[in-house]
Amino acid sequence: MNELEYTYAVARVRALETSLLTDSVIDQLVNCKTPEQCLQILEEKGWGSNDANIDAEEMLKREEEKAWEVICDVAPDLSVFDVLSLQKVYHNLKAAIKAVCTDVRGGNIFCEDAKISGDEMMKIVENKEFSRLPANMANAAKEAYETLLQTRDGQLCDIIIDRAALEAISEAGRHSKDAIIRDYAESTVAIADIKIAVRGAKTGKSQEFMTRAMASCDSLNKNELIKAALGGTDAVKEYLGTTMYAGGAAALEESPSAFERWCDNRMMETMRPQKYNAFSVGPLVAYLFARQNEIKTVRIILTGKQNGFSDEMIRERVRAMYV
Amino acid sequence: MSLFEQMGIVYALLGAAIAVLFAGAGSALGVGIAGQAAAGVVSEDPSKFAQVLILQLLPGTQGLYGLLVGFITLSKIGILGGGLADVSVQNGLLILAACLPIGIVGLISGRSQGKTAAASIGIVAKKPDQFVKAMLFPAMVETYAILALLISFLAVNGVQL
Repeated sequence: MNELEYTYAVARVRALETSLLTDSVIDQLVNCKTPEQCLQILEEKGWGSNDANIDAEEMLKREEEKAWEVICDVAPDLSVFDVLSLQKVYHNLKAAIKAVCTDVRGGNIFCEDAKISGDEMMKIVENKEFSRLPANMANAAKEAYETLLQTRDGQLCDIIIDRAALEAISEAGRHSKDAIIRDYAESTVAIADIKIAVRGAKTGKSQEFMTRAMASCDSLNKNELIKAALGGTDAVKEYLGTTMYAGGAAALEESPSAFERWCDNRMMETMRPQKYNAFSVGPLVAYLFARQNEIKTVRIILTGKQNGFSDEMIRERVRAMYV
Repeated sequence: MSLFEQMGIVYALLGAAIAVLFAGAGSALGVGIAGQAAAGVVSEDPSKFAQVLILQLLPGTQGLYGLLVGFITLSKIGILGGGLADVSVQNGLLILAACLPIGIVGLISGRSQGKTAAASIGIVAKKPDQFVKAMLFPAMVETYAILALLISFLAVNGVQL
């Protein structure tokens, strides 16, 4: 699509970016004594749906909906955003396979805003109609379903589907004409691989496990990363230091929560150049990311406040904002 | 007088048409692009209407420059004055060449200025206090349209019929 097709959408998103939460507002939220004070500040910023009763979960859900409403309203072509919801679709697949294989139903386990809803996915898995899914997803679904039935190993089922999700994202990125989608796919897969390597190194996972769990990407050498993970966390840090993800090594030195924060911040770094892009779909993707990032950060702060975490502990987990 | 010898007036008129058509098309494209951006901002913040309107209008000048050169050309060859001048093929081609700068530069600069104005509208959307700086960026593109206008104006006037 011609990048000029996004002129109206980008300008509208630029106007909306002025209402994104800044670092100072996040600081204000962290300094609040109670979750209620946080909700009050957020309500003053226009969060939620102006109901008399402020419920944290409802407010966050509404904000997520608002972010998508904006994108649906302004984007000339919504198919560009499909790659962003791939993880939700694969999550639904994972949840449905586990629910069917373990015969444990109910509970709020599905992402209802995914392209394939929870109910539909349940029907597909129950009737073993995997051919109704996209080709790559169908193969992973069949393999994960059979593996879980035969081995009862939930983790194995998880890695089959998670890897399929990463490969789907990677493929979507490779075939995309939009640079932002290619960058998003590359960063998502690389960061997921790094997370697998770090966790694998800490829990002493085998080479076979990590080979099965990781997806290939251009910015990391998968074999080198696995080799490093087999050598322990220090070897992973050393390897990351030689790549463009050197910041991850420094974060690992600090603490596990600092590493998790770095993973999210690194994705945000991928989006940050879009602040200076006046055309193309990039600023829209970045805006959506920024909204999801601030919702995630607010959720971390509220959960911290509800569970009596100190301000310092919450601050350590707060993600970098887009604006 | 052969048909070829009578083509001078046609070439001159073609020059006027190129000046008006191309420069006007550049402005239409530029104003259209900037207008989309302006509409995006105003739909979220109507208070910025005046600022974004000024930015949207900046790429409109190329069309005026083309019109000016076209007008001078029509006057010169007598179409506006009532009596057609006797324009030789050589003079007709000279007038056509004289009209090309504003036609071509007007088309390219109009579109480019529209894109720059759309980007500047993004600045106004986020930082309205930086309006003057935002206006300077598309104004820079204007320089080249003015240079082309100057050359076309001097060249059309310089042709002795």
